[in-house]
Amino acid sequence: MRPRATFAAAPLPPGSARGEATSLTFEPKANILDAGDVTRAIGRIAHEIVERNKGAADVVLVGILTRGASIAARLAAKIEQIEGARPACGSLDIGLYRDDIGLREPSALAPTEVPRVDGKVVVLVDDVLYTGRSTRAALDALTDLGRPRAVQLAVLVDRGHRELPIRADYVGKNVPTRRNEEIAVRLSEIDGVDEVLLGTDDEARLTEEAR
Amino acid sequence: MPETFILRGARLIDPAAARDETLDVRVADGIVTDLGPGLSVNGAEEIDCDGLVLAPGFVDLHTHLREPGREDAETVATGSRAAARGGYTAVCAMANTDPVADSAGIVEQVAALGRAAGLCDVSPVGAITVGLQGEQLAEMGEMWFSAARVNFFSDDGRCVQDAGLMRRAMEYARTFDAIICNHAEERDLSGGSMNEGELSALLGLRGIPAAAEEVIIARDLALAALTGARLHVPHVSTAGSVELIRAAKAKGARVTAEVTPHHLTLTEELVSGYDPVFKVAPPLRGRADVDALRAALADGTIDCVATDHAPHPQEDKEREFDQAPPGMLNLETALGVLLTDLAEPGVLDLMRLVDTLSAAPARIRGLDRHGGPVAQGAPANLTLFDPTAEWDVVPASLASRSRNTPFAGRTLRGKVVHTIYEGRFTVREGSDIDG
Amino acid sequence: MIRHLLSIRDLTPDQVERVLHTAAAFQAEGPRITKKYPTLVGKTVCNLFYESSTRTRTSFELAAKRLSADVVNFSRSGSAVEKGESLKDTAQTIEAMGVDAIVVRHASSGAPHRLAHWVSASVINAGDGMHEHPTQALLDLYTIRQHHRSFEGLRVAIVGDVLHSRVARSNVWGLQMMGAEVTLVAPRTLLPPRVETWGVEVTADLDGVLPKADVVYLLRMQLERMKVGFVPSLREFSRLWGVDEQRAALMKDDALIMHPGPMNRGVEITASAADLPRSVITDQVANGIAVRMALLYLMLGGPQATQEPSDA
Repeated sequence: MRPRATFAAAPLPPGSARGEATSLTFEPKANILDAGDVTRAIGRIAHEIVERNKGAADVVLVGILTRGASIAARLAAKIEQIEGARPACGSLDIGLYRDDIGLREPSALAPTEVPRVDGKVVVLVDDVLYTGRSTRAALDALTDLGRPRAVQLAVLVDRGHRELPIRADYVGKNVPTRRNEEIAVRLSEIDGVDEVLLGTDDEARLTEEAR
Repeated sequence: MPETFILRGARLIDPAAARDETLDVRVADGIVTDLGPGLSVNGAEEIDCDGLVLAPGFVDLHTHLREPGREDAETVATGSRAAARGGYTAVCAMANTDPVADSAGIVEQVAALGRAAGLCDVSPVGAITVGLQGEQLAEMGEMWFSAARVNFFSDDGRCVQDAGLMRRAMEYARTFDAIICNHAEERDLSGGSMNEGELSALLGLRGIPAAAEEVIIARDLALAALTGARLHVPHVSTAGSVELIRAAKAKGARVTAEVTPHHLTLTEELVSGYDPVFKVAPPLRGRADVDALRAALADGTIDCVATDHAPHPQEDKEREFDQAPPGMLNLETALGVLLTDLAEPGVLDLMRLVDTLSAAPARIRGLDRHGGPVAQGAPANLTLFDPTAEWDVVPASLASRSRNTPFAGRTLRGKVVHTIYEGRFTVREGSDIDG
Repeated sequence: MIRHLLSIRDLTPDQVERVLHTAAAFQAEGPRITKKYPTLVGKTVCNLFYESSTRTRTSFELAAKRLSADVVNFSRSGSAVEKGESLKDTAQTIEAMGVDAIVVRHASSGAPHRLAHWVSASVINAGDGMHEHPTQALLDLYTIRQHHRSFEGLRVAIVGDVLHSRVARSNVWGLQMMGAEVTLVAPRTLLPPRVETWGVEVTADLDGVLPKADVVYLLRMQLERMKVGFVPSLREFSRLWGVDEQRAALMKDDALIMHPGPMNRGVEITASAADLPRSVITDQVANGIAVRMALLYLMLGGPQATQEPSDA
């Protein structure tokens, strides 16, 4: 039987990936983290994960697509440096679990690739924690994949304004924001540069993903 | 009730007399008593006809009145009312009713219903074969000698497939100098619901090729030549059919032909939305066919316009395309469509247009009370229309009991103002006057 | 996304890509506790099948249920039609029940188009007469994509009864839209009128086409066709246009054999050819569910609240 070829994915149509490069209407006002800050924050979170979980043997990092997955990959590499062993790592698309299905155009999906989570400590990784709705969707998605022993949450930026009882276990930086402001996270894997910016984006606000 | 009135200042277009002039016409006791410029009043009612065209009342050689049997679609009364609104003073009712008009009893019944409605002459057409089954000749003699005086026979709706039977029908019809009119659609080449071609392939609908019509017309022309019979070709729809008829006429054949308003103006693209309102037999064809038909009507290869008015109840026309019955309403819109789409662009001049609607069909069927000439002593079967009046085709406002008009939503230019049947108004100032 | 999927040409190439991409996301999932996602909870999908088709109906039903939508089955082959309930009546009944999507299969070309005039739900054509079967074309494109990165310049031969095949039409237009080159292989009697205007190559020589094709797509040959003279006999059809192991051996190493099913083994394809590794017929079926899930997600996962019927 001839092996089935893996799905030869053509590039996604432009503008369709969720959390894609900051839109053209974003206007930056302040630089919150520069490249060095980003690296240091990720490094610190990696240490905290290892410390809290007494090693990384039972840890599975699950990055929320799109940028959470890149951060999770960096965390995995950093933990490998610290512990000598690389923890399991995967990526999760929460598009099918969002609570605003039917209110906005369906987002393009990317393949979810998550290693076995039964009995493990899953650390969900996302770039920005805002309303908490993305995290809730990720928890629901996780529940359909297996039964972790525990779930923790690591975010690069916490911008406040929670609408659900969700809190992060590991935070890169706390950035108080106003509701009409936006946080833009840029990572070299996707955007060519590492930085976190605070700004405004009128168009994005109108179609904003609840975080 | 006899009326006396003067039609003042109408533009008389009278093809039978080759006459086009503005004048007055006096009508009394059902006949034209006087015509000319500046007639004196003498106690007659005066009707201002300035700006109106006066023509002989129109004659339709091909109408489906559906009664008996499908009164849910139309009755002789509602169909007559639709005819009157369209300017018609005579219609020929096709035989594909239920029961079929293949005997003296049924044709007399239809004629009587027409008289009872009193809005136009209803001249029944008799079937060629019993029950339209295409197997046994119907009693043409009985129907000719009945009170209905039927001299025109057609199985329309169905094609007489058997060539041998068609030959006998033609020979037998000669006994009464009757006309045979055959719906040309070779059954074994048909089975489709639209014109066969590029569009039918795209839409996934079985098509009816032009050849299905042409092979029958060619056959019938050959049989008419063989038998010396009078043949009338209904609803010609293809350029190829036009060629056949033109060639036969050039050889002096006793053949006449008709074309419908929809085949003169509509093409198959309208079927793209699968709306059965645009389903008709023969089907709407292509641009080249429409152009050939127009040229043929203008040069006389096709003698006249006949509506093939075919009412169907709404439920029947809201079905799947291939399941819906074919047919379109036409009586009330024929004049407007021809004026707007043929006269205005100069395809047909007004004299010829009036001819195709009145004098030519009357002559074919021998209806001498209709079609003109409008002269002293002639029966007052007339219509007056305003060639500039604009009106919208609203299905719900039609007199027909059915709504299946392919011209729904169009604005037409040209409207009947008065129709006068045997000296009485059936339509006056655009309003219905009962018979 | 589009409101109705009546024809494959209702989609742009970008939209086709989105469907294929989304279907891949559904299929790439590793082990899960449940096959279900909560995405379309509260939505209702109605299967309105006037022609019986276990395969397609089940595929749609599973797709809807895996997205947690409710499914209602209206099977109309038989009783209600005989009682005279018209398509419009059925449409209005379903409309009154308030469903979000109607998946319709019907023997009359254009029936889904008419249906769309009478309902505010989204209408998905699951096969209408000889006209189209757009979801089949989508899953066929998806299946091809599993083996070829791009459709551009791909040579696809569609063999058999093209005239009567809605699958063929949707595939011709879908493949052309995505840049593939299509050749139709059939005798003249089994080709639609004016097919030369479709921008396809046309030939009756299957053996000449096999060495060059990247995909050989076989159409079902119905036994009734022989009775009315489309082909003299099924035996002749098989000899000239059927694919057996010998013919399959003429194909390129990486060329695929496809078939929309159900197969007439021994007519358009032999059992042994159908079982060859290059035959991806069973993959087509499996892919159908993911593709239909993708379609339902993209069509129903967006704002729908204010839709009115297209016609008064």
